[in-house]
Amino acid sequence: MVRAQLATALVRTAARLSRMTGRGDGSVIGGRIGLAVEPRLLTVLARGRQVALVSGTNGKTTTTRLLTAALSTLGPVASNSYGANMPTGHTTALAQSPNAQHAVLEVDEHYLRTVLAETRPQVVALLNLSRDQLDRAMEVGMLADRWREVLGALRQQTDVPPHERTHVVANADDPLVTWAASAAPRVTWVAAGQRWQEDSWVCPQCGAHLKREGVDWACPGCDLRRPEPSWWLADDDTVAGPDGLRQPVSLQLPGRVNRSNAVTALAAASLFGVRPADAAPRLAEVASIAGRYATVERDGRTIRLLLAKNPAGWLEAFDMVDRVSPAGAAPPPVLLSINARVVDGLDTSWLYDVDYASLRGHRVLVTGDRRFDLAVRLEVNEVPFEVVDTFTDALAAVPPGRLEVIANYTAFQDIRAELGRAN
Amino acid sequence: MPTDRSDSHLRIVWVYPDLLSTYGDRGNLLILARRAQARGIDVETIPIAYDEPIPRGGDIYLVGGGEDRPQTLAAARMRADGGLTAAVSQGAAVLAVCAGIQLIGEYFHIEDKQIAGAGLLDLRSDRGDSRAVGELVGEVDPRLGLPLLTGFENHGGRCHLGPAANPLAKVLVGVGNDGATEGAWAGKVVGTYLHGPALSRNPALADLVLSWALDVPLSAMPPIDDTWPERLRAERLAAVMPR
Ligand SMILES: [Zn+2]
Repeated sequence: MVRAQLATALVRTAARLSRMTGRGDGSVIGGRIGLAVEPRLLTVLARGRQVALVSGTNGKTTTTRLLTAALSTLGPVASNSYGANMPTGHTTALAQSPNAQHAVLEVDEHYLRTVLAETRPQVVALLNLSRDQLDRAMEVGMLADRWREVLGALRQQTDVPPHERTHVVANADDPLVTWAASAAPRVTWVAAGQRWQEDSWVCPQCGAHLKREGVDWACPGCDLRRPEPSWWLADDDTVAGPDGLRQPVSLQLPGRVNRSNAVTALAAASLFGVRPADAAPRLAEVASIAGRYATVERDGRTIRLLLAKNPAGWLEAFDMVDRVSPAGAAPPPVLLSINARVVDGLDTSWLYDVDYASLRGHRVLVTGDRRFDLAVRLEVNEVPFEVVDTFTDALAAVPPGRLEVIANYTAFQDIRAELGRAN
Repeated sequence: MPTDRSDSHLRIVWVYPDLLSTYGDRGNLLILARRAQARGIDVETIPIAYDEPIPRGGDIYLVGGGEDRPQTLAAARMRADGGLTAAVSQGAAVLAVCAGIQLIGEYFHIEDKQIAGAGLLDLRSDRGDSRAVGELVGEVDPRLGLPLLTGFENHGGRCHLGPAANPLAKVLVGVGNDGATEGAWAGKVVGTYLHGPALSRNPALADLVLSWALDVPLSAMPPIDDTWPERLRAERLAAVMPR
């Protein structure tokens, strides 16, 4: 125990030093030092707390933020809100909030097994699984298989009474997530949507071709089908839930995908005893997440920043682009920025998995390391575009007024750096 | 010429996009269609889902990349269907990319299993010691009259060519089939490990496939505005070529 206390103290000191010396927010380095001293530190720090995990390819940072807001009605909540979503980040988050009875942790989809074993969460929220730049070599289907194994093992939680065993909140609209989550002993199904379907044509259970009709899907070869969800989006401003619940929710965050994330957050929060009516006002307060969705004023331009890391994310981002324009005015210009550095994935072929047609009618500018890849893509897509060398050039090229920016990971960071920290 | 091959427009058949579309494969379809249309040729693009029969009257067939499970499924369907083989024997052109090149060979390996391919190219593939991931540059078989081949490869397989298949290119940067050669061609069938997709960076390869389908020499293809593909090629080649 002394070892764990020492390790915890080290985590906080290291994180503070890292922030003071400007080497980042310290959420990774602190955890790394603490875990070196006490490898079981995450287990120790999680003990006695009520923990929720959030995982999936897209939307986990946002959903973590929304669920944290919902649970804050119960008291302080520990959370890795900077997206440091591996055990080092979790360790730091818990060490820095020793008094928080609740914790909401965003978990990288490859670390679900470890973090589940160490934190013994009350709730695990699973959003979606699709191809991601970092995962090109790793089959999404294999990841779903691994999740299924891990979640199936929850049935062996014999040392806890059944009503305290981990409860899974899962997206019924995603066949891969459904396949994985249906192995878990307790599941609440949420209709969280699936705009991107290119990774789930084939049944993960038997390999047959899934049949889809509207939102419904079913396998003709086996018994896998879309479970009946108990939470869904009734309309743009209303979440529907068990027992005829109709909860109005108005978010500052844009897009249908974030409204779906809110449905998941409300469903997960209800498992901690938080009433949707109490949670909804907290969700409405969330305005931006680590700069995402943030609006920044610069030289008379109102710039909104959208991060999109993979094809599914790009489709969601196009849905968020403001199409409405004041009477007589053109819709806002859109700047797309693409890099292909190591963390983005070196391969740009995914540009062709995305249809840019919905951007027609906007003035479109492209920049980033790989702007020529984007130029060729848009030409093929018959979307008129202008190539600019830098973000600053883009700003100079557009008139005062709104500018929508969609960028992938390092391109987004570059733009944020240019704008100063845009929280 | 079989009667069902239409002379009024170019038919591009995309084989099993629901299984074989992992690395932007749609791009090759879109680029071929666009380059044909730019020459005033009407194009019909025909995506064939894996539970549909492959039509025999296409002019160009595209076979894309897929993960292990879909790739195995696609190979079984393709062989049982027979449409692709019939079309090739009737003079259709084929572009196969990434897992696609393995699929149209004699056989390939998934884990420890040997799986029969469509048999359109004299090649066999197995697993390499490591995954080949990164930029590739190759000097194309001079008989094809193409400039440097450029693209991105990401595959665990290695291709071994038999005497009836010609390497598409000699590798200058990257791995390709085996570190020495990349891709394969014979008749009007060409395969490559490159995606990016392959044709976005290699418009001349797109024109070669079009010229095969149209039965005209490559040199007879009217030039079109390639400002952006050329800038992309120049940028990529400068980034990866040893100086
Ligand atoms: Zn099935």
